[in-house]
Amino acid sequence: MKLRHLTDTFFRYLFLVAGVSAIGILFSIFIMLAINGLQTFADVSIAQFILSAQWNPSAFGEPSYGILALVASTFMVTVGAMIIAVPLGIGTAAYISEIAPSYIRETLKPVVEILAGIPSVVVGFFGIVFLGPLIADMFNLTSGLNALNGSILLAVMALPTIVSVSEDALRSVPKEFKEASYALGVNRWLTLIKITLPAASSGIVAAVMLGVGRAIGETMTVLMATGNALQMPGSFFDSVRTMTANIAIELGEVPFGTTHYYGLFAVGLVLFLMSLAVNITSEHFTKKYRWTRK
Amino acid sequence: MTSTAKVETKNLNLYYGPNHVLHDVSVQILPNKVTALIGPSGCGKSTLLRCFNRLNDLIVNTKIDGEVLLDGKNIYGNGMDVVDIRRRVGLIFQKPNPFPKSIYDNVTFGLKINGIREKKRIAETVEKSLNDTGLWEEVKDRLNTSALELSGGQQQRLCIARALAIEPEVILMDEPTSALDPAATFKIEELVSQLKKKYTIIIVTHNMQQAGRVSDYTGFLYLGKLIEFGKTNDIFTRPKEKLTENYISGRFG
Amino acid sequence: MDSKVKKRQLQQYIGFGILGACALFVVIILFIILYDIAVKGISTISWSFLSEPPRAGMTEGGILPAIIGTFFVTIITAVFSVPIGVGAAIYLSEYAQEGWLTRWIRASIRNLAGVPSIVYGLFGVALFVNTMSLGASILSAGLTLGLLTLPWIITTAEEAFQTVPKAYREGSLALGATPWQTIRRNVLPYAFPGILTGAILGISRAAGETAPILFTGVAFFLPQLPGSLTDQFMALPYHLYIMSTQHHAIEAVRPLAYGTALVLIILVFLLNLTAIILRYRLRKKYVR
Repeated sequence: MKLRHLTDTFFRYLFLVAGVSAIGILFSIFIMLAINGLQTFADVSIAQFILSAQWNPSAFGEPSYGILALVASTFMVTVGAMIIAVPLGIGTAAYISEIAPSYIRETLKPVVEILAGIPSVVVGFFGIVFLGPLIADMFNLTSGLNALNGSILLAVMALPTIVSVSEDALRSVPKEFKEASYALGVNRWLTLIKITLPAASSGIVAAVMLGVGRAIGETMTVLMATGNALQMPGSFFDSVRTMTANIAIELGEVPFGTTHYYGLFAVGLVLFLMSLAVNITSEHFTKKYRWTRK
Repeated sequence: MTSTAKVETKNLNLYYGPNHVLHDVSVQILPNKVTALIGPSGCGKSTLLRCFNRLNDLIVNTKIDGEVLLDGKNIYGNGMDVVDIRRRVGLIFQKPNPFPKSIYDNVTFGLKINGIREKKRIAETVEKSLNDTGLWEEVKDRLNTSALELSGGQQQRLCIARALAIEPEVILMDEPTSALDPAATFKIEELVSQLKKKYTIIIVTHNMQQAGRVSDYTGFLYLGKLIEFGKTNDIFTRPKEKLTENYISGRFG
Repeated sequence: MDSKVKKRQLQQYIGFGILGACALFVVIILFIILYDIAVKGISTISWSFLSEPPRAGMTEGGILPAIIGTFFVTIITAVFSVPIGVGAAIYLSEYAQEGWLTRWIRASIRNLAGVPSIVYGLFGVALFVNTMSLGASILSAGLTLGLLTLPWIITTAEEAFQTVPKAYREGSLALGATPWQTIRRNVLPYAFPGILTGAILGISRAAGETAPILFTGVAFFLPQLPGSLTDQFMALPYHLYIMSTQHHAIEAVRPLAYGTALVLIILVFLLNLTAIILRYRLRKKYVR
């Protein structure tokens, strides 16, 4: 009799620990990045780190640790990806939830899931062997490994997220809204544009933010497809190096405990904070649309 | 007043968050009697029922004050073992809820969790519980088939057998026939009349004929207050309160 | 009036057409990726490609060590993330009450799901490889992938728990079962198909990840298979990465890279398919 109470208490605490571990892990990641990352600033001024576009840790004599070019590159490919993925994703979501007959819907959903399941390294490979040459041909470039290539691939990576979360938001719009509109003689298209989409807007914003998060944090596709030149990006035909790619390229060759090692953690810290900000924004909008659900 | 009550509440108040659901309910339930709780839906009768085995504890933000006594001991008092209380006070749910296991495993569920392992005793208990609920003849050849294949009425009787297997002292029934057809309802009502020889039964029902048929005592609840309590016969023929009379005569509800 | 209606109809026609085109375009993207890799990869795949190690400076031979490395690292990932993930899900679904702690746990899980995979890689380097001195090893990599997979496991497992009817829990508690007895006998068995499906899907994602293992244990080329948890290993996604970007004769080994990409895709799909079939079968078995 007492034994099963002890067992019960034991498991209760065991599961509590498992639950709390999620908080622990998130904080550990932050602290580990901060402890390592902040040591960069023993050697490098914060102003240089943020404002300089020169990332050249192995320069002879005067190494420099400016992340501006990396941030700009990340920003550029992310914006590029969103220019493609946002209209395409919302359009697809609207088609799936509002227009498609059920058999098409049942085909499209697995398509989106399969797309989400393709490993990023395979998408990157596709960028090298297919998209790169295609871009080089189309625009008469010597290499197709550039910001445009990265943007398109990131759009592909972000699409499944945007489609499924937007679709969820669209479907959670109460039927009464649409029916009221139909009852007034408004056709389906105008109802979609004027009623359903605006009503789902906060959910769609959440979807886009999640897509942005994926694009910012994606490593392998950009590493393989953007050429990785360390420079301030000028156009979408330039080769760029994102923050993620920079960590991936350099972490393997830096000695443990050097300023360069810490510098990469500092880049990781910036990346972590950016993803956190994106997530929290997304969550804010998700909450809004969950509110309207009832 | 020294009480011979099996179950008793004293000034019981219950809140779900800001909602005051039960107001100062004081009631005495006598042993080996069937007590019916009636009242319009939302009056708190099911909530009151679930106070008797502390199943309300599962609902978040529930606050209870006052006392619920089982054999004179406050079951909400310090050091009371919730699990033991629930073993002593069985509950039959509104919708039959057999587990998606075999008929046999349903009946033995309570035994197993209470640590009973002897094969012989388990087999005896299964037969006895199923016999007591009149199911034995119907299912003895298919004890290993899924309980979900039984009819609704059989499922409910199985749930009663499942509760009987752990030899409770009190059986709570929360509208046990509301999901059943008249024939199945009749069987359950017959069963209730038999079971009171051994158990104390509290039954929540929205069906006044049922309350009249099966119960010895009746309590009428309205908006979380116990308006009137007494012998079933008295309540139905000579209600003291205007509200009770209105309800019984079908003027609202 | 009439012309206005007509104009509206035309508008709707065009609008729906555009949206349909969006959906079609997504299908085409998937098709092109799969088609390109399947057509060019299929000729490389043979029994010897799957069963032999790379030879001649990785310009010939197969990918067996990469397949096996991915297999083992994935098992470590599962062993680490599934118990903790399911435990956390049990806490959230069965015990947690609304309050600041639950809100923090949920917020953490959502944010963990958004942390970039390369950041998990950094964390793995700092914590497992350096601080815990596990070195660059299959264990460090598996643990890093385990952390990455954890939020997914928790979320899918919690969804699986939510599908178990409340009546099973209340019925059990009303018979005097403790919460743990209720969970073990009357909740876990019925949530199991969902948990398993979620776990396999999570693990299939982990199997395709590259960034988290880059610095935590994966190796360019190893002459023999990993013999212990502290050995380095080869992995399919990383193998694809080096075959397509780091190899000294990239153009020459392109067919090998295509073959590797196809094997990786097939592996991920097989895992997904297994999950779907298991879900279907187990659901039939448990929930009639």
